[in-house]
Amino acid sequence: MSAAVTGKKPPRVGDSPAVRRTLITLVLLVGAVLVLAPLIVIFVQAFSLGLSAFAAAIGQPDTLHAIFLTVVTALIAVPINTAFGVAAAWAVTKFDFPGRRLLIVIIEIPFSISPIVAGVAYLFVYGLQGLFGPALQAADIKILFALPGIVLASLFVTAPFVARELIPLMQAQGRDLEEAATSLGASGWRTFWSVTLPNVRWALLYGVVLCNARVMGEFGAVSVVSGNIRGQTNTLPLHIELLYHDYQTAGAFAAASILTVLAVVTIIAKVALERRGAGRRSRVSLAAPNVIAEGEKP
Amino acid sequence: MKRRVLPGLPLALGITIFYVALIVALPLGALIFKAASLGLDDYWRIISSNRALASYRVTAGSAAVATVFNLVFGMALAWVLVRYNFPGKRLVDAIVDLPFALPTAVAGIALTTLFAANGWFGAPLAAIGIPVAYTPLGIMVAMAFTSLPFVVRTVQPVLEDLDPALEEAAQSLGGSDWTIFRKVILPLLTPALLAGVSLSFARSLGEFGAIIFIAGNQPMQTEITALLAFIRLEEYDYQAAAAIASVLLITAFVMLAVTNLLQARALRYTQRS
Repeated sequence: MSAAVTGKKPPRVGDSPAVRRTLITLVLLVGAVLVLAPLIVIFVQAFSLGLSAFAAAIGQPDTLHAIFLTVVTALIAVPINTAFGVAAAWAVTKFDFPGRRLLIVIIEIPFSISPIVAGVAYLFVYGLQGLFGPALQAADIKILFALPGIVLASLFVTAPFVARELIPLMQAQGRDLEEAATSLGASGWRTFWSVTLPNVRWALLYGVVLCNARVMGEFGAVSVVSGNIRGQTNTLPLHIELLYHDYQTAGAFAAASILTVLAVVTIIAKVALERRGAGRRSRVSLAAPNVIAEGEKP
Repeated sequence: MKRRVLPGLPLALGITIFYVALIVALPLGALIFKAASLGLDDYWRIISSNRALASYRVTAGSAAVATVFNLVFGMALAWVLVRYNFPGKRLVDAIVDLPFALPTAVAGIALTTLFAANGWFGAPLAAIGIPVAYTPLGIMVAMAFTSLPFVVRTVQPVLEDLDPALEEAAQSLGGSDWTIFRKVILPLLTPALLAGVSLSFARSLGEFGAIIFIAGNQPMQTEITALLAFIRLEEYDYQAAAAIASVLLITAFVMLAVTNLLQARALRYTQRS
């Protein structure tokens, strides 16, 4: 009776005020302790010695260099992984070939691997005790404990970010539009730029934003391959560790506050892009290898 | 009708395979090669040393506790976000992703400051005899933080799509809210919960940055496996580092297989209902 006539929704499970209030209070309380408090404490600590101390901490040459190195790393790694993500998504969604599913799984592997394992693995490729180390040293090429090593480790850790946003979307969109375009005489590039790209631009941007955040914040993998040379190979997260262990707490938190602002901006961009439809298909977007499941036809 | 084939396969597939081989397969292959070069006896001796075994216990034990916490809290959070309206709900929904967006080193120093003996939460907890920072409890806090979003984000969409008719039917049969939750809703959410749990657990096993600040890093007590691999490197004991890292790598592959299985099942389950 009721529901349809009065226009009121019937009460659903857990709708009683007592349950409702208890659950909301509980969740907000735990959330405040576990998520909000860390966010606040970063800024409280960063400004604990006053605004001028904060500015001085950021203005330190080593901190500025760490910021510079982090930005340079992102400027190299993010475009490369974006190009890779687009190529990989085009290959696995627009064509059928044997081993296609396996390739999707392999692309996702870096998500599941501890960053420390990634760093150690790179050591055994380019380090002196690794595959190419001796040859690289003979040729006087420095990869580890220098920018190339930092970039390579970042590339590994963030390789799947763009691909995983594009693959489920391009899978769902199918191939009809591209096939129509090419049958009308458009070249492959033209088809990609005028047909595919406009359809996936928000998802692409979404992947780029998340990829950038991870590159700039990566700690474990980079800390193995960078050598932590102050003022030379310290990225911002590594520099934060160094300051913190030097008991320069305010300086560490000042540097951390920059990355925190980046994280907050990333989340705002993420919400804005989700409103345009990006990432909605996979709400686990930052999390999980779910493209395999999504590629499955019911 | 013959299916029209789009251009660009050789180029796109070529780039993809080359890149995956160079960036992903080569280093992992090198790591496995290095670990394999040890010989079975040495390999076993390293990965079953007392210190390594203690690190597995600390890592897996803390990850299990953190995951159970996230199972309960993540479920409650997803429920509150889907079922109720309250001021600030969209903000809460957005902020759930903070642990993924915040660099782990930043999370590490922030949590350590909060839970140290003189911190906002650490001080009152220490006063009642529960020290958090530099104990296994600290490791659990860091793991719970970094893997917080997984359960929420896997359960949320399933909960959103849940057919109200199922609950209504159960209500019309006179079931209490708690009974309906247990007997009707929870079974429907179980595949998603399991998928979230396995992701959360896998992430906790591999986490490094957030933990090393808060853990205290005492061998045998608060030393996680990833840190032990790192320490072996700093001691120039590359073979031991390779062996211990290979244990983490194999665990990651097992967890990946489990997760994919559970997620595929979760998806089939929701598509059927």
